[in-house]
Amino acid sequence: MDILLVLGLPLLGAALLALLGARRFAPELNAGISLATLIAASFLVLHVIRHGPILAGNEQFFVDPFNVFLVALTAFVGFTTALFSRPYMRIEEHHGRVNPQRLRLYHSMYQLFMFAMLLALLTNNMGLLWVAMEAATLSTVLLVSLYRTRASLEAAWKYFILCGVGIAQALFGTILLYFAAEQALGREGMTALLWTHLNAVKGQLEPRVLGLAFVFLLVGYGTKVGLAPLHNWLPDAHAEGPTPVSAVLSGLLLNVALYAVIRCKVLVEGSIGHLLPGRMLMTFGLLSAVLGAFFIWRQRDIKRLFGYSSIEHMGIITFAFGLGGPVANFAALLHMTVHSLTKSSIFFTAGHASQTAGTQQMEGIRGMVGISPTIGWGLMLGSLAILGTPPFGVFASEFLILTTAMREHPWTTPFLLIALAVAFAGIFSRVQPMVFGESDAPPLPHSPALLPVFVHLAIVLILGIYMPAALAEWYRAAARLIG
Amino acid sequence: MHTSILIAQVLKVLAAGLLLISFAMLSARRTQQLITLFAWQGAMLFVSTCLVAYSSGLTEMYYSAALTLLLKVITLPWILNRLIRRLRAQWDTEQLVKVPTTMLAGLVLVIFAFGLAQPISLMATTITGHTLGIALAVILLAFLMMITRRKAVTQVIGFLAMENGLFLAATSATYGMPMVIELGIALDLLVGVFILGIFFFQIREQFDSLDLRHLESLKED
Amino acid sequence: MRAISFVRQFVEVVLAIAIAPLFAGWIAQCRAWLQNRSAPPLLQPYRMLRKLFFKDAALAKDASALFRTTPYVLFGTMVLAAAIIPSLVTDLPLAQVADSIALVGLFATARVFLSLAAMDIGTAFGTLGARREMMVGFLSEPALLMVLFNAFLLYGSTSLPSLVDAYRVHQYVVDPSVIFAAVAFVMVALAENARIPIDNPSTHLELTMIHEAMLLEYSARHLALVEWASSLKLFNYACIGFALFLPWGIATHGMDSGWALPVAIAALIGKLVIAGAGLALIESLSAKLRIFRAPEYLAMAFLLAVLGLLVHLLLGA
Repeated sequence: MDILLVLGLPLLGAALLALLGARRFAPELNAGISLATLIAASFLVLHVIRHGPILAGNEQFFVDPFNVFLVALTAFVGFTTALFSRPYMRIEEHHGRVNPQRLRLYHSMYQLFMFAMLLALLTNNMGLLWVAMEAATLSTVLLVSLYRTRASLEAAWKYFILCGVGIAQALFGTILLYFAAEQALGREGMTALLWTHLNAVKGQLEPRVLGLAFVFLLVGYGTKVGLAPLHNWLPDAHAEGPTPVSAVLSGLLLNVALYAVIRCKVLVEGSIGHLLPGRMLMTFGLLSAVLGAFFIWRQRDIKRLFGYSSIEHMGIITFAFGLGGPVANFAALLHMTVHSLTKSSIFFTAGHASQTAGTQQMEGIRGMVGISPTIGWGLMLGSLAILGTPPFGVFASEFLILTTAMREHPWTTPFLLIALAVAFAGIFSRVQPMVFGESDAPPLPHSPALLPVFVHLAIVLILGIYMPAALAEWYRAAARLIG
Repeated sequence: MHTSILIAQVLKVLAAGLLLISFAMLSARRTQQLITLFAWQGAMLFVSTCLVAYSSGLTEMYYSAALTLLLKVITLPWILNRLIRRLRAQWDTEQLVKVPTTMLAGLVLVIFAFGLAQPISLMATTITGHTLGIALAVILLAFLMMITRRKAVTQVIGFLAMENGLFLAATSATYGMPMVIELGIALDLLVGVFILGIFFFQIREQFDSLDLRHLESLKED
Repeated sequence: MRAISFVRQFVEVVLAIAIAPLFAGWIAQCRAWLQNRSAPPLLQPYRMLRKLFFKDAALAKDASALFRTTPYVLFGTMVLAAAIIPSLVTDLPLAQVADSIALVGLFATARVFLSLAAMDIGTAFGTLGARREMMVGFLSEPALLMVLFNAFLLYGSTSLPSLVDAYRVHQYVVDPSVIFAAVAFVMVALAENARIPIDNPSTHLELTMIHEAMLLEYSARHLALVEWASSLKLFNYACIGFALFLPWGIATHGMDSGWALPVAIAALIGKLVIAGAGLALIESLSAKLRIFRAPEYLAMAFLLAVLGLLVHLLLGA
């Protein structure tokens, strides 16, 4: 029932907003639907905490601690982003960058995107997971090109083609998985692709097929995670789309794609052991972390800057999952949470900062504290948080990952440290003059909704200082599932 | 017994035909020609799916064959044809550089694909198990085509051809994915083509051309 | 060696020599129909040959013996080739001493002689045509060999008659690699016989000619022989194609009934009619490639043949 609500509400919202999205109250409606989804998701979380994993809808849906935590995170960030987008998109309309028709598309696609991500998280069927991931790409393509500028069209095209090709590889991987499943389970139609069934027989799946399947699945879904060297679409899509879209792309879509990779990894590890999948995740992760960190230095556009920071962080998380074991998995899940919260709040402030300055180029953004203290401090605090300054939660998770890496694979620590240091210097040196300094830009026509920024940062801070026992237990349970 | 050997032979030939069309696509210059080739590829898939359905006795394979016919032989080529006519792009030709080099690269990909699929197709119990290598080769060749082409429409056709390869892989390794998944994939494909159709007009409006060379301004700097 | 074998061999060669011009005439007629022109009579090539044979030959002042003997060499090699290609029967005494590699060698000999003769006079066009011919030949020969290797892999022999025999034994419906080989073979055959994507047999536009440019200096009986030889070459290629890909109706070893030969002749004529129409269709549908694109075209033929090999080796028959 809860599952039905969590999935039905955004779908209904998409249909509703397709009709009413151009009205004055559409942003409020959008936020309202997101709030309703969040409430439904909270009930689902409570249910899972009380009664354990749920298998519903003819086994087609499956909720365990691992995905329910991501469902909660997705619904939460989806709601706060909807709150943020309310004044943000009004200001964009005021600046003449969008018209009511485009806003209708925007709102409808936003809800459709939420639906696709929640479906990807909740489905038990590996085939349906693929369909949902593809649907998430399709719904965001039109969002990225919302402004119809040359650059945004180019970014959307790149996004579509790269992710389309990537996801085709994932489909091939899924086919191989189905092939292996058929060998073990016999031809059972729909049930042969159910994750729970596969998980039960993962020891009997043919190792050679699964090894190959994992390569394709990792490359396919990894493209959507933004793992180097398949990351090219990510900075463009983040920079050229509307800021709320950048926030949900970075904060949620990357997580969901990584979720897909990890679900596959669990199956594959059951068949061929930890070594190969672990090594592959570690390699891709390290490469992305280092490459992302170095590319940060070359950026002039504020949203591209943080896009590359997302690549770096997804790399670190992937690396942590590659390390495996309860501690690293715990740290990776924690890092997923704090990164998603922090990065979306940074995009909120960065969006408003570039609206105030009238440009996304960092040379043009100066002295935000003077114009709007909330935007300025929000950006500063968010940047500090994402850079892993204590006492924010990012520090805690990065510290855990680093110590685990040092113990298990000492050779990786220099790379990680270099990536972190380079990113720190790169981002800090850019953000500081943007926040402080002189500026004479006029204030914004609509007062920005910066409550989400501080709520996000507060949660990240709390997670860094003190983690509630229930939450920690929840993370541990999820970490155990991943193995 | 005798008919099943015959069917297996015909299936092999059809798979080889698909590979041949992939190579023809690599070297085709006209957009119109590419769409026709794509439709032919769909038709071959349709016939081979029907044959597999007949020999395996699985009813749901007939549905996916019908889906292939409807989507890949009729609807998508029709949409694409209409699209390029509306865009007045049906006579567009592309300057291809070094077709033999591309073909040679394609040949290497074919060997690679066969090598990769060999151990798996040995395990397959389906009548078409050994065509998995061809399916993978079709996917990789479509990928190669997308890399070497600079026109938006061509890249989309490459994308669709890749999906054809995936479909072949699904039928050859496992007698097709479950029906719901196939419907989902078909829906995604259709929506994708619609979105791209919208895209073509937007790109054209902005750049007065469908050449993707104009879409290379977002570089790292 | 039985006498009947020699009789059949003799019938085959005579038939080849006799109907080769007819085949060329049939193609010309089909092309004319497809282009909405009124067609020349079917026997036009024979009339042409007759006219040429009754004329006095004019020779260039500097022509050497090579120039004069080349038409006979050409005609001789083509007749020899026709003798070892199983167009009607596989029980050919001559074919036992020469396999399909030798066949390629025969074609190469003819090409070398023709090119040398074209350069012999020292006119610019002759040299130009000869150089182009050598380029096309240089690229199409490996492709042809690859096509033959395809058949070799499939049936385990490089001799065309035994291929046809083996086909009877194995009863392959059609192997996937055959598709690639067939497409490659058609491409090579078009190029080798100066047909449309590479050369235009009916052109007299000097700058684009290949084959015709080499014949410019020939006249009368020499020209007649050269023309006859090129129609024989086309006929031979068609028969190689039939032997490799459509060997139905050919009388194989052990088929000694009196009907085998008439059936084989009827089958051959039927196949030639269809092949001629198909060739005319291909020529009408495609445009002539620029000469610089010819290497690309032939490289594609070669790659397709290699692909056929690969498909066969990797897919397993």
